[in-house]
Amino acid sequence: MYTLSNKLRTFSFALIILGFIGVVYGFMSSHKSLDEVKTMLATEAAHHGGGSHEVAQATHEVDPHEGHGNAMSHGEDTHADAAHGETAHAEADAHEHHGDAHAEHVQHQLANRPWSALYVAAFFFMMISLGVLAFYAIQIAAQAGWSPVLFRVMEGITAYLLPGAIIVLLIAVASGTIGHYNLFVWMDPEVVADDKLIQGKSGWLNIGWFAVRGLVFIAGWSTYRYFSRKFSIAQDNADDNSNFKKNFRISAGFLVFFIYSESIMSWDWIMSVDPHWYSTLFGWYVFASMFVSGITVIALIAVYLKSKGYLELVNDSHIHDLAKFMFGISVFWTYLWFSQFMLIWYSNIPEEVTYFITRIEDYNLPFFGMVVLNFLFPLLILMNSDYKRVPWFVVMAGVVILFGHYIDIFNMIMPATVGDRWSVGIPEISSILLFAGLFIFVVFTALTKAPLHAKRNPLMKESEHFHY
Amino acid sequence: MESSKVIHAIYTDDDVLMAAVKDVRTAKYHIDEVFTPFPVHGLDKAMGLAPTRLAITAFIYGCIGLTVATVMMNFIMIEDWPQDIGGKPSFSYLENLPAFVPIMFELTVFFAAHLMVITFYLRSKIWPFKDAENPDPRTTDDHFLMEISVNNDNEDAITELLKTTGAVEINLVDKAH
Repeated sequence: MYTLSNKLRTFSFALIILGFIGVVYGFMSSHKSLDEVKTMLATEAAHHGGGSHEVAQATHEVDPHEGHGNAMSHGEDTHADAAHGETAHAEADAHEHHGDAHAEHVQHQLANRPWSALYVAAFFFMMISLGVLAFYAIQIAAQAGWSPVLFRVMEGITAYLLPGAIIVLLIAVASGTIGHYNLFVWMDPEVVADDKLIQGKSGWLNIGWFAVRGLVFIAGWSTYRYFSRKFSIAQDNADDNSNFKKNFRISAGFLVFFIYSESIMSWDWIMSVDPHWYSTLFGWYVFASMFVSGITVIALIAVYLKSKGYLELVNDSHIHDLAKFMFGISVFWTYLWFSQFMLIWYSNIPEEVTYFITRIEDYNLPFFGMVVLNFLFPLLILMNSDYKRVPWFVVMAGVVILFGHYIDIFNMIMPATVGDRWSVGIPEISSILLFAGLFIFVVFTALTKAPLHAKRNPLMKESEHFHY
Repeated sequence: MESSKVIHAIYTDDDVLMAAVKDVRTAKYHIDEVFTPFPVHGLDKAMGLAPTRLAITAFIYGCIGLTVATVMMNFIMIEDWPQDIGGKPSFSYLENLPAFVPIMFELTVFFAAHLMVITFYLRSKIWPFKDAENPDPRTTDDHFLMEISVNNDNEDAITELLKTTGAVEINLVDKAH
């Protein structure tokens, strides 16, 4: 049995408290009055040499309207002219009252920052445990012979899924109920009133239905997790393999549910921050990100527990296999990232390409930097077969991969909410600390609840002697 | 020239063969070759063979392929005749990079795979009209053969040892060329 050391408990509480203070500070300092924002912008304009920056801002703001007008004329031929006229009028308006409108826009972006920082961190840690749950179900459904010694580690990590996913959904819904629509513009009735494109999607994108969908997904994932864990522990003291068989059946069923729910979840929780934009392989892309992060965390926790002497049966070959998965799925993530980017870059259709233009212009370093972190680094570090067996190499690559995938989620959410007002400061780092502390506490507490060795699993003997 | 003699010990089971290889190595006799009808897992380690460096060559060939693709397309598309084709930015290689990536990827794989295979052929000395070097046709079906070089002093000692390892047949072969 694993016992949670006092050091680790204190460490996780320290992270939670430190993070919580930072998050509160982030929320306190982000609400600025319109005058404060105007003063700030005036100072900035002076620094940047005035005019050019303002002009860039103005064209940048008009862009979505243009794309919007085009999209509508494609969709509704009869209303095309009227709609276009309206848009043109709105543009003229925007230019007249540009000063105020711009300041209000910036004010809203600043207020969004702590919300987005919290949401990105919450989603990042939730997706780790969801990725691990999918990996766990695949191992059981595929009857993998190497992984049963790691099942209890995976079960420990998935314990975070229920609280983590509820927190993500709560932040999302709260941003539209107690907040001022800080994450999802489609939650704002005023925006929807002027936006034909979102109106057309409001049958899907409305808070009630959004919350119900979220609850259904969380219920589905948690139910599978609950029963799979129950059968896994029951198998320890059973006389036959009936629990193993039940676990196999529900895992296969869960994987079907998972791939639908994960896809829809990624439209809801991530893609809908940009309600004018859509991409068909987005669900896969988010899946690759969560899968590789999940596998990385399994490897990190396994290496940690082994170094503390709790997993004697985990040998170099198990770490080697996890490292191979980290390597392979990193390449898979890159494949999807590039496929999504290249198809949109190549055809350059205005209503699609704005997504990447804002990212390349305002998020150049994070956007391309994450390709280095998530692809180039693991590719070169984890290609060598010998390196994959060296724990500190795996840990180093794992830390870089996790950082890279945090940046990935950051790149998906931030451009839609805070735009070019992003930075990595107290709100972002504190949110990471808060959820990292919570994650460590929940996961390691769950690890103390059952023996780390799943006895009587029919594949356990093979796993113990696994050698590559 | 002194005639060189070898002993051919024939086995019918790969587990017995593995044990025999270990015994012979413990007795410090040199195993020249082992012929098997299929890959025997762990035989290379038991024989103490050096690990292959084929993967390292493949990595180098892949890098060459990537360089070839980059240099080729940079010359053709950017330097030699930078046309405007459908509005693609051909001002610099980096600006038009996404369009080149599929070819860069494929040429990397192409070079890595093919040159590695050719390296394998060269190092293993196999080609279409090569004479087979099979000492006993049964080793392509269900027999395993261990070849140990001997001199006049240790011939009997080796034969005695091999008899204890479960060999079904032990032949002294004169390999004078």
